[in-house]
Formats: sequence, C-alpha cells, structure tokens
Amino acid sequence: MRDTYLKMLYGLAKRDSEVVSLVSDNGLIVYDDFRRDFPERYYNFGIAEENMVAAAAGMASCGKIPFAYTISAFIAYRAYEFLRDDVCFQNLNVKLVGIGSGITYSTLGPSHHTTEDIGLLRSLPNLTVFSPATRAEVGWMMEEAYRIKGPVYIRLSNNKEEYYDTNTEFLIGKPAIIQPGSNLTIMVTGTIINEVMKAVRELENDGISVEVVSVHTLKPLDTKYIAKLIQNAECLVMVEEHNVIGGLYSAVAEVMAKENIMVPNLAIGLPDMFAVDYGQLDAVRRANGLDGKSIYEKIRNFVDKVSYGKSNNNKYK
Amino acid sequence: MDEIKELKKRIFLTAYKAGAAHLASAFSVIDVLYVLYCKSILTYDLENPWMESRDRLIMSKGHASLALYVILNKIGMIRDEELESFCQPGSHLGGEPKMGAAPGIEASTGSLGHGLPFAVGVALACKMNGYNNKIYVVIGDGECQEGTIWEAVMAAVRFKLDNLVVIMDDNRLQAMDSVEEIMGISSWRDRWEAFGFEVEEINGHDLNEIETVLKRNNKCRKPRLIISHTIKGKGVSFMEGIPIWHYRMPNEEELEIVKKELGILEKELIR
Repeated sequence: MRDTYLKMLYGLAKRDSEVVSLVSDNGLIVYDDFRRDFPERYYNFGIAEENMVAAAAGMASCGKIPFAYTISAFIAYRAYEFLRDDVCFQNLNVKLVGIGSGITYSTLGPSHHTTEDIGLLRSLPNLTVFSPATRAEVGWMMEEAYRIKGPVYIRLSNNKEEYYDTNTEFLIGKPAIIQPGSNLTIMVTGTIINEVMKAVRELENDGISVEVVSVHTLKPLDTKYIAKLIQNAECLVMVEEHNVIGGLYSAVAEVMAKENIMVPNLAIGLPDMFAVDYGQLDAVRRANGLDGKSIYEKIRNFVDKVSYGKSNNNKYK
Repeated sequence: MDEIKELKKRIFLTAYKAGAAHLASAFSVIDVLYVLYCKSILTYDLENPWMESRDRLIMSKGHASLALYVILNKIGMIRDEELESFCQPGSHLGGEPKMGAAPGIEASTGSLGHGLPFAVGVALACKMNGYNNKIYVVIGDGECQEGTIWEAVMAAVRFKLDNLVVIMDDNRLQAMDSVEEIMGISSWRDRWEAFGFEVEEINGHDLNEIETVLKRNNKCRKPRLIISHTIKGKGVSFMEGIPIWHYRMPNEEELEIVKKELGILEKELIR
C-alpha cells in the first residue's frame, strides 16, 4: 500500500509542480526516487509533526499541494489541534497521509496504534477521511485526494492482498462491494478486510451467503446509498481495527438512526479499550479478538441468535 | 493628536461597543503595526490585496487582533462599518482573526503557537516560487512557552528562511503574572541566537527606532527576530504592566481615566 502511495505521489509530482512532499523523519529509502527527482519539493521537518502540519497549511495557503506523511498516530493525536485550526478550519488543500494505521505497529503498543483516529478526524469539518483496504483503493484515493480542493486524511497500513478487478470503479462516499451475498452484510474498513475474508470463507462453509462491503470513505458518507445497501439486510456486521466508539460502527449507526433503519447489527472492533499484547500483527489481532477465527465466531454467534429469534429454528449448518 | 493615540482611541471605542477585547495586548503591539503598514515597510496593494507575491503579516498572538483590524481600517482594507461590527452578531471580525475575513488577515489564529509554524510554510512556499517578499509574524513573549514556537524556529533556520521576520511583542506579561515569574525567563536574545536567528532589540514604543530596524535588511541568510520591548496596556495609566488587564473592560470610574488619557468624548462612547 505504501508503495502504491509513493508511486502515485511521484506521478502527481511529475504532473503538477505544486505538489510538495513533507515528512517528519520517516520514509528512509522509500522516498529516494522523489528526493532524487524533486529535491526542491521535498522537506523533512524532523521530529516535529505539529510544525509539519501547520507549515503544510501555510504552504497550501500559497497554492502548494502538500502531502504530509508520517505515522498516523502522530497526525491524528500529536498534531490534532494543528489539523483542526490550521488545516480544517481554514479549509486548506493539505493531504495528510498516515502510515501504520490501526494496530500495524503490533510490537510497539498503543503509543503507535491508531484506534481512535477515525472517531477524532471524522468529526472535523471540511476533512475527507479515507481508510483504504487494498492497493487498488489507495491508487484511486490518491487521484481523488488530488482532485479534492481541501483537506484529506488517508489512513494507510499494509496489505498485499487484493480483492478488486483492475477495472473496478470507486466512488467517493459510496462503499465498494467486494462480493455480493444474501444472508448477511459485513461492512469493513481498512486492512482488517483480510481477517474478515478468512471469516467469510468459514461462514460460507456453513452455508451462509455473505455480502462484503469495503467502506473506503468514512467521510463524506453517501447516506442514501448506504441506507439502500443495508435496509434489507437480514444481519449487519461492522468490522474495524478501531474502537467501536466513533469509527465505522458509529458512522453506520448514524445513517441507520437518520434513515430510520432497524436491522439486527453487531460491532466488531476494540470494545472501548486500547489494544492489548505485543507480537506479530496476527498474534495481536488474535489477542484482541480481531483475527479471522474470532471474527467468524462472533459473527456466527450473532447470526444464530438473530436466526433463532426469527424462526426458532436455525437454518444454517 | 498623535497617530498612535488616535489608533488606541479607535481600539478602545471599538472594544467598548463590542463589550470585550484584549485591550492591553492591542495597546502594546499597535506601534509596531503602525510602522509596518504606514511607513512603507510592509507593502500592499489595495487594488489587488491577495496578489500571490504580497508581503504578509501573520498575527500569531491572535488575541491582539483588534490592533490589526484598526490598522487595516486605517489603510483602507477594512471598512468603518466592518470595524464597528467587531465581535457582534453577523460580523466576520472576531476576537481572534479568521483567515480571509478581510484583506490582510492571512491566517486564523487564536490558539497560541500556531502562527509561526504556519508562517514557516508560507515563507517556504514563497521562496519556492522565487518571490522577493517578506513574511512578518507577530508573536508574544509568553507565547514562546508553546513548544511549537521552537519547532518552527528550528525549521526556519534549517530551511534558511531569510524572508521571515519574527517580531516578538515582549511586554513581559501573560494572563496570570509576569513571564519571568511564571517561567523564569527574563531574556530571549541568547535563546533565539543559539537556535540560529539574527536577533535585534528595539523599544517597541519608539517609532523611529522601530522604523530604522525594520527597514534594515538581513545581514546574512538567516531568519530574523526583532524583540520589541513594550509595555502591556501602554497609553492607559492604570492598565500599564498590570496582568489583570489582559482581558477586561474598565468600570465607570476607570472609564473616566481612559476618556481623559485617550482623548475620548462622552458622545463618542457608543454601545
């Protein structure tokens, strides 16, 4: 995903001389091509994320298109007030690109996790919030971020898997359907999609037909489109590598409340806690109930409850 | 009547109508703003106020906005009726400045420690575009307690922003007490020089001295700091150097003194 981002950034810089790259002491090696070919448009602000974000706003006020890149936690938390006052309040054309989102830095612990960023940033006026699941989404998002004349946050992490055909068309605010299904709709944001797809294979083995939808844009959300997507769902599950407060589940619940939609629903994410444990990403996801098996079990449990409630007779294997 | 007193009168009458303002902060910084705008230092074009290569002034100490508004009114960037609407319903001129609310308002500030980092980005962009303009930033001495001031200072030196002129309104007071009492700092020169700024000091109420120093060019490829020694509340005897006047309006008794000292007539006081 990061490679896709850098490739796209390079292309945008080639196309438009106003595109500028800001980093805060990260991106060793990966920025080499950019630095070699556009040295006058590359600035390392050092370990000073607040300054980088405010300076990006200053640059944008002069017509530049800065892409400010650092670890997501340091954009969303460390530089929050600068993002709010300097970038969003002034509605400036700054692109904030966070790496290592969710619990990607699984060996480092919560100081380097972003598991509340969607909640924080979604509530900032003028800001577009993107949370890509795969490289295809990142590629589209970079074009979209460039097209938007205003602040954009992109919540990157890593994913080598791909679930889209090369000709998939993405639309801002409209979740992308990864696969159709009839018994259950799973809405997911970000790279936790990989764990969700493992769970989906298990659910399908049980005879459950699952629709999988990737919510790549957390804001703006096309309310009507989402309402249409979920209003007839038998069961609805939201999965996110984020606190269940403020993120995807909250965003969809807002749509449900607004559109008066009541479908049985389940939130899978961090239940208002910081992620526990250290280790490889798989292990930390498992420790927090966010691995494929745990997700499968939670969903299966939920589906059974809903199904019993309806017919007193579980129709699935 | 001298022009500074006239400007202070305008500041007071505008604040009086609104019912609130950071009067003492506006009084300490008005002389410097006057010299910048009225002595051909900061150049502007009334016909084309947003010209890309313009000089810019960023009020990092946003609470002194009223001083900026009154100067922008004096040079014709803000109309009288706009100024008179200050801090009232429907106005775009608030207690803290909002970018683009009027020509000459270059950044939304208010939370301290934002204007200087923002200005670093502006100065960098102007250099990238090859402009020969100047970016002036007014900060407070108390504001230097914000960490981002120092992040910006390091970056300004590293990026050789010799188009950046930081003016510190060094009135030695903050909301609760003196800067020295609160954070133990009595001198700024060494600190800024150590970081690589070219530092000069002026009496911020001596118009000739302000003009002489501001008209001088940088000696080397360094960003500049001008420490402007001022008196918070300057011009109204009972406000001078008294912390409580950071954000307060006079009572009836005090009002009589203000009227006398700033030459305000009863009929000019409109609420």
